[in-house]
This record gives sequence, C-alpha cells and structure tokens, in this order.
Amino acid sequence: MFKYFEPSKIFSITSKAPKYVLFLFIIFISIGLTEALILSPEDYKQSHSVRIMYVHVPAAWITLGIFSSMTFLSIIGYIFKIRNFFLISKSLAPSGFVFIIIALVTGSIWGKPTWGTWWAWDARITSMLILALFYLMYLLVWRLYENEDKIFKITALITLLGIINVPIIKYSVDWWNTLHQPASINILSKSTIHSSMLLPLAIMTAAFALFSLLIFLMKYNTELIKIKNKGLDRL
Amino acid sequence: MYGRKVKLRFFFVLSAFLILVLTVVLILKSLEENVVYFQSPSEIKELLEVKKKKIRVGGMVKNDSISIKTKELEFIITDFKSEINVVYSGAIPNLFEEGKGVVAEGFLKDKNFFIATKILAKHDENYMPPEVKEALKEK
Repeated sequence: MFKYFEPSKIFSITSKAPKYVLFLFIIFISIGLTEALILSPEDYKQSHSVRIMYVHVPAAWITLGIFSSMTFLSIIGYIFKIRNFFLISKSLAPSGFVFIIIALVTGSIWGKPTWGTWWAWDARITSMLILALFYLMYLLVWRLYENEDKIFKITALITLLGIINVPIIKYSVDWWNTLHQPASINILSKSTIHSSMLLPLAIMTAAFALFSLLIFLMKYNTELIKIKNKGLDRL
Repeated sequence: MYGRKVKLRFFFVLSAFLILVLTVVLILKSLEENVVYFQSPSEIKELLEVKKKKIRVGGMVKNDSISIKTKELEFIITDFKSEINVVYSGAIPNLFEEGKGVVAEGFLKDKNFFIATKILAKHDENYMPPEVKEALKEK
C-alpha cells in the first residue's frame, strides 16, 4: 500500500493535472457566471442582490468542506503518523482561507442592502469569523515553526478544536434566533429556493470546487518538489 | 494489528475531542442569553423586570400596523402569540415591510412599548422569481 505514497509516482500525476483542471474551471466559471449574473431571474424581494448569493453560498460550502477534510487528514495523519496526509492538509488550507474571506465579504455586501447593516454579531456570522481565525492560526503554525513533528501536533490540535465549530455554524440558525436566515436547501424536507435559482448555484459550486482543486494541486506539487530536492525518496 | 502507540494516540485524540466538545457545549449553554441575536415579543412578556439595557426584539411586522407620523414611524412586532408596539425615527431598510421579518434594536419603555434606535430587516429562506410569487398569490 505504501508504494503508492512514493512522491515521484504521485508527482507524475499531479504535475500534469493542473492544466486540465484549469480548463474545466474556466468552462464552469464562465457558464456559472453567465447563469448567475445574466440568465437567472431576480428575486421577488431582494431583486438583483440575490445574485450575490451565487458566490456567497458556494464559497461557504467549500470552505466548510475543506476544513472538515483538513481535520480528517490531520487527525488520521496524527494517529497513524502519515506525513503525506499533513502535506495534503497544508496544501488544502490556502483555498479554504480564501473562500471563507469571500463568504464573509460577500455576506457583508449583501447584508447592507437587505438587512440594513454591514455586520451583525449574530451566531452564524460570528461562528464563521471564528472559523476564519482557525484557518489563520493553522496557516501561521506552518510558517512559525521549523520542527515538522511540532507542526503536525499543533495543526492536529487546531483542526480538532476548530471542527467543533463546524456543526455550530451549520445549526446556529436553527438553535438560536439569528439575523441570518435558515438554510434554503434541505435534504430531508422541501427546499425553499426556486429551481431556476438552483442551477446557477450548483454550477458555481462546481466551479469553486475546481478552483480549490487547482490551488491544492499547485500547492501540493510544490511540497513534492521540496521533498525531491531534499533527496528523500519516501514520504 | 496496530501498534500500542497508535492505540494510545487514538484514545488521546478521542478524549481531547470529548473534553473540548463538552467544554464548548457548557459555555454555549451558559451564554445562551447572549448568543441569541434578538428576543421575541413573548420572551419580552416573560421578563421579570424591564432593564435599561439596549436589547433587540424580533418577529414579524404585523399586517396593517405601520403608521407613519411626521417624525416617527410606529408599528407592531408580533410572533403570533404576543405583540409589542415599536416607535422609531430614522432610516429604514428597503426590505422593511408588513408581514415580513424585522429586528429592532433599542430600549424597552415597558413590556408593551419599545423605543427603537435601529431597524434591521430580516430576510427569510424563500428565494423565488417575481412571476412565481405572483402565481403563488393567485392560488
């Protein structure tokens, strides 16, 4: 099994992948933006500011997904001492951080015309800000420390602490009174978003996921090149 | 199958996780009052005393309750169980409307009367094009 973790083998795949992912990303983002900004209908209440949602919601989903994956990788990596998992987690972090900033900023831009305020200290928004700080801490630890063993332990702890915040973000709008509206898309009950607005949302989510994959591959390739240059054959 | 160290690390992570979850749950439970962004009119009615602290009241703007006077705006916030009268002067958000969600920030005069210093419109989870809304209305 460990044969597949040989850096040169992984690198032969991941070094070629980015250009295809970039190609797919450009296709998805152009269709997605056309749908979201031009073709999709305006909302009966928010009118055109509903279009901010097509960036806001996918960004929030992706950033939560990335943080969950980082936690999974860091914890499994810590228990079984798999160095590669930490490197994958490290390579995922920057795009997750970018998307949480996008979610916070677009939310703020949407909040002004809709709610009448740029910022509210309600449970959903505050818990998202806390997640952004967890991302920041995670990224800082990689820069601060030289000793890899130390980095692995601290990042595993940060993700373990941060993952508790993820269900709080998800359910904050149901558990407490918040200014932020509850989820419109539900798996168990009927969704309260019209189907004509779901299509651009789905395409934009796919586009953002491809963007994360692209940034991840580029970051991960850098890590693999670093290993190669150190003359290490195995992770 | 796995080494002793692997098992030990597993139980270390598990217990650390449980401790952290419990701590966070306890903190949130004790802070419940401050975690909620606003209180409903029913919760205001249940208050033991009216404090002079700034609070937020949220609910629906009651239908046909908005009345605009020269300098003031008056309306009723309802949660379909209790109601509270609100007076306000200042800028109102575009989405402020009868039958829609609202959060008012300000001070209680008494349990039935609220002086707002800021008004926020609360958007609900319904997203649809205007034509669909019209079709729903006709039904």
